[in-house]
Amino acid sequence: MTTEELKNLTVAKSVDARGTACPGPLLEAKKAIGTIQSGEILEVLSADEGTKNDLPKWCNKQGNEFLGMVEENGYYKLYLRKK
Amino acid sequence: MEKSNEITMENFLAELENLKAKTSQLENSAKKDQLSIAIISGDMDKIMAGMIISLAAAAMDTKVKLFFSFWGLAALRDPKKTVKGKNFISKMFGCMLPKGYGKLKLSKHNMCGMGPMMMKNLMKKQHVLSLDEMFKEAAELGIEITACEMTMNLMGFKKEEFIDYPHFHIAGAATFVADAGESAMQWMI
Repeated sequence: MTTEELKNLTVAKSVDARGTACPGPLLEAKKAIGTIQSGEILEVLSADEGTKNDLPKWCNKQGNEFLGMVEENGYYKLYLRKK
Repeated sequence: MEKSNEITMENFLAELENLKAKTSQLENSAKKDQLSIAIISGDMDKIMAGMIISLAAAAMDTKVKLFFSFWGLAALRDPKKTVKGKNFISKMFGCMLPKGYGKLKLSKHNMCGMGPMMMKNLMKKQHVLSLDEMFKEAAELGIEITACEMTMNLMGFKKEEFIDYPHFHIAGAATFVADAGESAMQWMI
């Protein structure tokens, strides 16, 4: 997805994991994914550089679809669709 | 033409049975999505590495089973708990070993306790979970902790002096071997 498309997504839930380093953002994502419905979109905010690689791997394992990320000033917005 | 090569219903069914048996055999020997770690070391950095990897694995829905043995057991002691009725040697071990994960030393650059202090400050600054928070998360994610019974006897640790942890067991090496045998990942730290 392009940055423009990602920005226009309807997000069901957004979790701010900028306060935690690895593996904090994954733990936040795991907690949040349980609260949304299948097909809905989760947004994860992370300031941890490693999350860029870790979250797609996590999605892969869980069967969720990683949609992409948008780089903001000092943090990342990552998007995924629940299976 | 040989008779066995003929495609008859009988041959076909026999072959199917054969395949079914092979598939179930493979299924039974397949490794579970499970991580078993034997934590032998009682150093702060190594316990941390073990816990961080365990948390990441649990976040990915992998079942995690930790087997704390030897020096690793000291990390499970609860500093608030004291037990009576220990013999001299057990008391000595109790005095010499760190009382819980909050009091662990670094395996390198410990510098009489300066190292761990600096590390803890740095972790806070970089938003890394503290060991205390890691054990709480681990409990929430259902990570199992097993204390090695033999080491407990050897060093005179009693189960009453360990941390309150919801998925806590006491068992022997055979339990670890059995768990590790069915895990896709088995490590030792």
